[in-house]
Formats: sequence, structure tokens, C-alpha cells
Amino acid sequence: MKIRVHVSLKPGVLDPQGRAIHHSLEGLGFSGVNDVRAGRLFELDVEDSVTDEALDDMCRKLLANMVIENYRIEKVAA
Amino acid sequence: MPFNSAVITFPGSNCDRDMAVALEKVAGTAPHRVWHGDSELPAGLDFIAVPGGFSYGDYLRCGAIASRSPIMQAVIAAAGKGVPVLGVCNGFQVLTESGLLPGALLRNAGLNFVCREVGLEVVNAQSLFTSGYEAGQVLRIPVAHHDGNYFADEETLNRLEGEGRVAFRYAEEVNGSARAIAGVLNDTGNVLGMMPHPERAVETTHGGTDGRGLFESAIRGLVGA
Repeated sequence: MKIRVHVSLKPGVLDPQGRAIHHSLEGLGFSGVNDVRAGRLFELDVEDSVTDEALDDMCRKLLANMVIENYRIEKVAA
Repeated sequence: MPFNSAVITFPGSNCDRDMAVALEKVAGTAPHRVWHGDSELPAGLDFIAVPGGFSYGDYLRCGAIASRSPIMQAVIAAAGKGVPVLGVCNGFQVLTESGLLPGALLRNAGLNFVCREVGLEVVNAQSLFTSGYEAGQVLRIPVAHHDGNYFADEETLNRLEGEGRVAFRYAEEVNGSARAIAGVLNDTGNVLGMMPHPERAVETTHGGTDGRGLFESAIRGLVGA
């Protein structure tokens, strides 16, 4: 089973990297970009027996830092 | 009674030796050196130091993998029993990732690695780690980090300030930290995390000795002078 875990900064957490990317896009002449937030994507290949609860636990215990980040689990069709 | 301390080393730690030398200089006894894969700490420790560096290559997030290593489970248990734990720089990141300290350390607001001596104000001079200083005293201590931008939600920041758990504040702009926080204590006062490196300011050849007071405070508080 292919799983994608999307980790993003919580709203309100400052994102200096996103800001720098935004600035760089503007420098390249792209207009109309209001904001950029940088995140992280994990692609996991797991056995079908791995439960949703276990995936949730993986995110909370390691993949995301719940103080600053949110996560979203996506199951990818094979 | 001799001062019984330990310095934890992870793969990628690079301030562990500096920390061990500083502890030995000030305490007179060499600390135990403990490897990340160990699951037990030496018995009867007075003090545990989690040093700076780039544990596990800073993979995932700074300090994230180290905080889940076997030895950290023992450090968390020891901290829960009241053993003093000092985390410096990457060690501070490990302590926040492990949940021993609130908040998180984000990329520096200016995006650059900051490596210089900074002014550091002692905010709480009554803690185990800071009793040798005066409140409001401004120390000169080196910093060297890329991710030292302290973040916590407003409620947590208010609580930290209200409970005297902000040990140190930057006396100048360094990395964008919320309320210029450079070091925080846990709710029982036996765990301190800080980005600046007191172990790099204990001998005159370091260019300053302002960090010495932190180790002296802890040693005096724990085994008497």
C-alpha cells in the first residue's frame, strides 16, 4: 500500500523558508503569488495490514512535530 | 562528594567533547561519556548534558531522530525523577523534540547560520543553572546555529514568562526567537535548554568566561561548594 503523508506548518507559525521562496519567485518576475508555505512530503510503502491508527501514530510520534506542524495522510491508488 | 555527570553523544554530535572538558574543568571530575545506542545511564548521576552538533545529520527535523533514540528514553525518565538536564544548541532541539521542554526551534528568521558571540540577558537568576548570576546581568556567550528561532504559541509563551521559566533572553536580535527567548526551563526547573554555548566560554583562552557561572551554579546547587 502506498501512502503519502503531507506535513505542513500550522497556520500562524512563521515560515522563513516559504518567505524566501516567495521572494525568489517575485525576483523571477512571477506576479500574483500571495503567499508561499514550505512543507514536506513522505512516501511510505507499507503492508496492507498496517492500520490507519498505526499510520496516525507514526505521524504523531515522528513524521510531524505537533507543536508546529499538521499532517494529512493520503492513500494512493496502486 | 564528587560531581557525577554524563555527556550524551549522538552520531553527529560535535560539542560533546567541549561540554565534557568544561564540566571537568569546573567540577574537577570527568563526566561519563554515554553513547546514543546505550539504553541505560550510569547510576547516581547529578547532571546530564545533551550537547550541540548535528545529531543524525539533522535529518527529518533538528533533534527529531536523536530524541527517539534509546538513551533519550533513559534521559526522559531521569529528568522525570528530578535529575538536572542541560541541553545546549542541538541539545535544546533534542529536548523540545522529546517533549521535555515546550515549544520548537525553527529556521533562523534571517535564514543564515549565525555564528558569533551575543549578549545574553539572565532573566531568571534563581534556577539551579543560573543562581550564580544576577537577574538582568548581560553575559557574552557564543551562538552557532541555523535553527534557533524559538517558537511556542502565545498561551505557552505567557505561561513561561509568568512562571519564571525564561532563563535567558537575547540582548540583541539574533534569530527571530519569540520574545527573544534564548533558554527555557521545564515546569520543575531541573531541565534547561538554551541555544547559546556556555561550554565555549569557560576559560580565558575562549575569549571570555561568562559561561562558567552556569556550571558553577549547578555544581554548587547539587553537591555544595
